[in-house]
Amino acid sequence: MSRIAKRFEDLREAGRTALIPYITAGDPRPEITVDLMHALVEAGADLLELGVPFSDPMADGPVIQAACERALIHHVSLRRVLDMVADFRRRDGDTPVVLMGYLNPIEVMGYQSFAQQAAAAGVDGVLTVDIPPEEAGELVSALRAHALDAIFLLAPTSTDERIRRITELARGFVYYVSFKGVTGAKSLDVDAVAAKLEQVRRHTGLPIGVGFGIRDAESAAAVGRVADAVVVGSALVQRIADLQDRADAIAPALADFLSGLRRALDQD
Amino acid sequence: MQTIPDMPDEHGHFGIYGGRFVAETLMAPLEDLRQAYERLRGDPDFIAELDADLADFVGRPSPLYHARRWSEHLGGAQIYLKREDLNHTGAHKVNNTIGQALLARRMGKTRIIAETGAGQHGVASATVAARLGMECVVYMGEEDVRRQAINVYRMRLLGAEVVAVKSGSRTLKDALNEAMRDWVTNVDNTFYIIGTVAGPHPYPALVRDFQTVIGREARRQMLDKTGRLPDALVACVGGGSNAIGLFHPFLDDETVAMYGVEGGGEGVDTPRHAAPLCAGRPGVLHGNRTYLMEDDDGQIIETHSISAGLDYPGVGPEHAWLKDIGRVNYVAATDDEALQAFHELTRLEGIMPALESSHALAHAAKLARELGTDRQILVNLSGRGDKDIHTVAALEGIEV
Repeated sequence: MSRIAKRFEDLREAGRTALIPYITAGDPRPEITVDLMHALVEAGADLLELGVPFSDPMADGPVIQAACERALIHHVSLRRVLDMVADFRRRDGDTPVVLMGYLNPIEVMGYQSFAQQAAAAGVDGVLTVDIPPEEAGELVSALRAHALDAIFLLAPTSTDERIRRITELARGFVYYVSFKGVTGAKSLDVDAVAAKLEQVRRHTGLPIGVGFGIRDAESAAAVGRVADAVVVGSALVQRIADLQDRADAIAPALADFLSGLRRALDQD
Repeated sequence: MQTIPDMPDEHGHFGIYGGRFVAETLMAPLEDLRQAYERLRGDPDFIAELDADLADFVGRPSPLYHARRWSEHLGGAQIYLKREDLNHTGAHKVNNTIGQALLARRMGKTRIIAETGAGQHGVASATVAARLGMECVVYMGEEDVRRQAINVYRMRLLGAEVVAVKSGSRTLKDALNEAMRDWVTNVDNTFYIIGTVAGPHPYPALVRDFQTVIGREARRQMLDKTGRLPDALVACVGGGSNAIGLFHPFLDDETVAMYGVEGGGEGVDTPRHAAPLCAGRPGVLHGNRTYLMEDDDGQIIETHSISAGLDYPGVGPEHAWLKDIGRVNYVAATDDEALQAFHELTRLEGIMPALESSHALAHAAKLARELGTDRQILVNLSGRGDKDIHTVAALEGIEV
């Protein structure tokens, strides 16, 4: 059983909703990313999503675009992101790590080579934003050959046919994008999310994470009532942006924010 | 006779290129678009509506012109120009924006969005939006907004909202990213008019089909005027829509050689150019797999060309495929070579070409000198050069 599947099973037994923070690797400086990952785990993260910086993040809003730009000033490549995960694994062998990013850096490295190096570094899952199942066959085979979970997006526009196809291919969990838009946009409509998740659950027993639009304890708790996992990205990354010139203050600020979400999820 | 297979396949692939590399939210809208297009492309009402607009609004067919003095000056083959510069709005772009806007209206969309670099596609989109009474938002890199102030004003006069994009390199590729972000957010009422033969399936095929009017007309006009097909076709390639529009109807004519001319900037052996087919490698950007300008980490790098319309790090996937199968030769012309061709055509023929088209002219001049005077070269004069006067003047130290 993969580290992701095991973590969701434990959470289910404990009756808890998973909390998944996202940060962009190398933002604002590559030296502090691993420390931030540990701080997020200590503050209550169950899984970590680590963004791989890309020059053209087409599905991201302005907050994560800016994070990519800050990381790319330091030339944070996919290879360096894998090094960060390997470094993180020296102190944390339990918390699943999912890489989130775009296809082109993986294309350049080569699917097999990437899968092999990612598995060796201690990565558990890979979410490639711009690869739908129609194009994903070869990448998924490479990931499976190295026991990595392929995480896929589902959206409000996904038809039953697409939900079926995607959930058949997905491993670990599926990531439901809560509204039509980019990361960090408006707040979400929990009733609409709940209705769609019901539709998704008719096709799969995989855990469902919900992301895009979760910005505070209240929205996290609301989504936590209907989802198996709550993903929070732009709200964290905005705090990093606000403190980019005071690197020492970032970890405590993220921990403070995340533990607020943790309490809200656990009390609910 | 050699036959080039019909492309793309049902998944939008041209060989290993093309496809649909977008986030899940856009997959259903792209499929809706494909189905609507498949239905309408064979619909006599739609075709009649499009043809009427191409005739009376755009001014088609565009003439075929024998550039006698320039050919004589070069001392070789006869050069013929397909005069897309005489279209309404001054370039080939409107052939596509008319087609897509009519498609948008048939799909019940009330708002159109577009990306633009130099502003030509933005102007062509704003023009058809005005013509059809649709809301129009054009995304343009902040850097390009500064460089192309006249086209920005022109779009605003036409009623479009121009949004300056401040992310990334603040140029065309970032404008395309931002237009995609708008589309994913407003997909219910919005139609995204992509300006070139790139993007996710079905855009490369759809834009190509609207632009093949160039090649269909030119093929007939060459036969009428000269009694035979040209020996070579030459067109500039940024994203590649004017080139594919010219080439496509000739693909099965194996005696016709084809040359796609990329923006060579300061030279393809320098870092400052915009020639992914000549000096890039395959990757995935903007929804399709194609040749890209990228670094060793897979990050997209900034391009340079004197011509804003060629200043793009990718290229349409059909061109990538035509390169690999060897049907089209892809070459580059430098900024300096393009400028020389710009001045020659202006002085010898009284036709001021766009700097984009000047790249095609520069390669045609090279080719003409190698061929006998009985040979014929057909060049797509894809746009007029009025928009580039400031750029040319600035290089000569003149303020206009």
